[in-house]
Amino acid sequence: MSNWDRFVETFFNARVMARYWPDIVEGLWLTIGLAALIVVTGLIAGLVLALVRALGVRVLNWAIIFVVDVFRALPPLVIIVLIYFGLPSIDIAPSGFVSTWISLGLVLMAFSEEIFWAGITAVPRGQWEAARSTGLGFGETLAYVVLPQALRITIPPLTNRTIAITKGTALGSVVAVTEILGQASSAVSNSYNPSPLTLGAAAYLLLFLPVVVFGRWVESKFAWRR
Amino acid sequence: MIEPRPIVEARGIHKHFAALHVLKGVDLLVAERELVFVIGPSGSGKSTLLRCLNRLEEPSSGSVVVDGIDLLDRRTDLNHARQRIGMVFQSFNLYPHMTALGNVTLALRKVAGKSRAEADEIGHAALARVGLADRADHRPGQLSGGQQQRVAIARSIALEPRVMLFDEPTSALDPELVGSVLGVMRSLRESGMTMVVVSHEMGFARAAADRVVFMDHGLIVEQGAPAEIFESPAHERTRAFIGQIQRH
Repeated sequence: MSNWDRFVETFFNARVMARYWPDIVEGLWLTIGLAALIVVTGLIAGLVLALVRALGVRVLNWAIIFVVDVFRALPPLVIIVLIYFGLPSIDIAPSGFVSTWISLGLVLMAFSEEIFWAGITAVPRGQWEAARSTGLGFGETLAYVVLPQALRITIPPLTNRTIAITKGTALGSVVAVTEILGQASSAVSNSYNPSPLTLGAAAYLLLFLPVVVFGRWVESKFAWRR
Repeated sequence: MIEPRPIVEARGIHKHFAALHVLKGVDLLVAERELVFVIGPSGSGKSTLLRCLNRLEEPSSGSVVVDGIDLLDRRTDLNHARQRIGMVFQSFNLYPHMTALGNVTLALRKVAGKSRAEADEIGHAALARVGLADRADHRPGQLSGGQQQRVAIARSIALEPRVMLFDEPTSALDPELVGSVLGVMRSLRESGMTMVVVSHEMGFARAAADRVVFMDHGLIVEQGAPAEIFESPAHERTRAFIGQIQRH
């Protein structure tokens, strides 16, 4: 057997792939669900925090900055493990799925809050003044004048962060979430062959390449001439 | 003749920025249909005074009553009051993500409660008044500075304000574009709009202003008819400032 044959046999074993691809697809669906939950809740929570911060209430802002800094500093795996193994000691026992969702959702919330906030502060003060001078209230100014401009600036960093954090769903395999990597790992143990990992990699590409392309499309759609 | 109640009544305005005492007790009364020019060296507090008149800047003390509404009363609906006070900024401050028409109609729809059709009609009329009927669908980035400032003026007049505040409206413009903005201001003046203008356009002040107010170090040094202030100022500081301006 040549080296090449051995390589193909190891990583592209057709028999193993045929046997385990349904598991990987199952993992893919679970990953999609988990990723969607993380993205939706994480971004909404991040935006809400940034909007609250825009109100400029000092005590609230300190609290927000503290929470955001904590979740930006902690490695996501540490948060997952803390929630999954730590919360049961106070009689809350989230599943691995929920632990992963909450952990990565919090991390995405923290990073996206910073990005949204940077976007909001990047809009010149004159925009606020012009809008307020025509009688628009704080909320209306934010909604119609400031946020549309802020979101446009935030889309590139936000897309990158969202993808980076959502890929962390693979960490769920540590706490028994049967997402793509979890499925692939158990298939590898059962078949004594790493080919399921190749399938897993393909599944990640299938999931995240469209997201990257979508991000690019949104960027171009929001572009306007200054 | 009975003096009509002034439309702008600012009395005893003080403004502190931290340790800085920017306004030191300024009174400014503006009659209906009057055009008041406020001049003075930079740092004299003239822009701050203007911004106190619609409470973009919160006076540290004093009172501001515009069109009978006490702006500093906490029960006053400030957003409602501000519709009656148009403001034009040095840097235009148009919304870059909206068309010219969108800029003009936003407050009409969201604050004045007009339908889109009504707002568009008023917006087109306002743009026509500033000579930009054919630019309604242009974004600010596609307009010259002079055109942008005229859109900003249209955005204010669309709300039918009782008084218009101009904060150095031509200072950011290339010289050849100043004329078009001053032209619009002149026609506003002829339509009877009450205007308070912070600007160094002395030619315009001479031709159009009813009164010129000279400020320095947070106080009004003197005020009077343009000819009086420009030809025979009573104070040395006024004389020095006018001299400097006219040398340019």
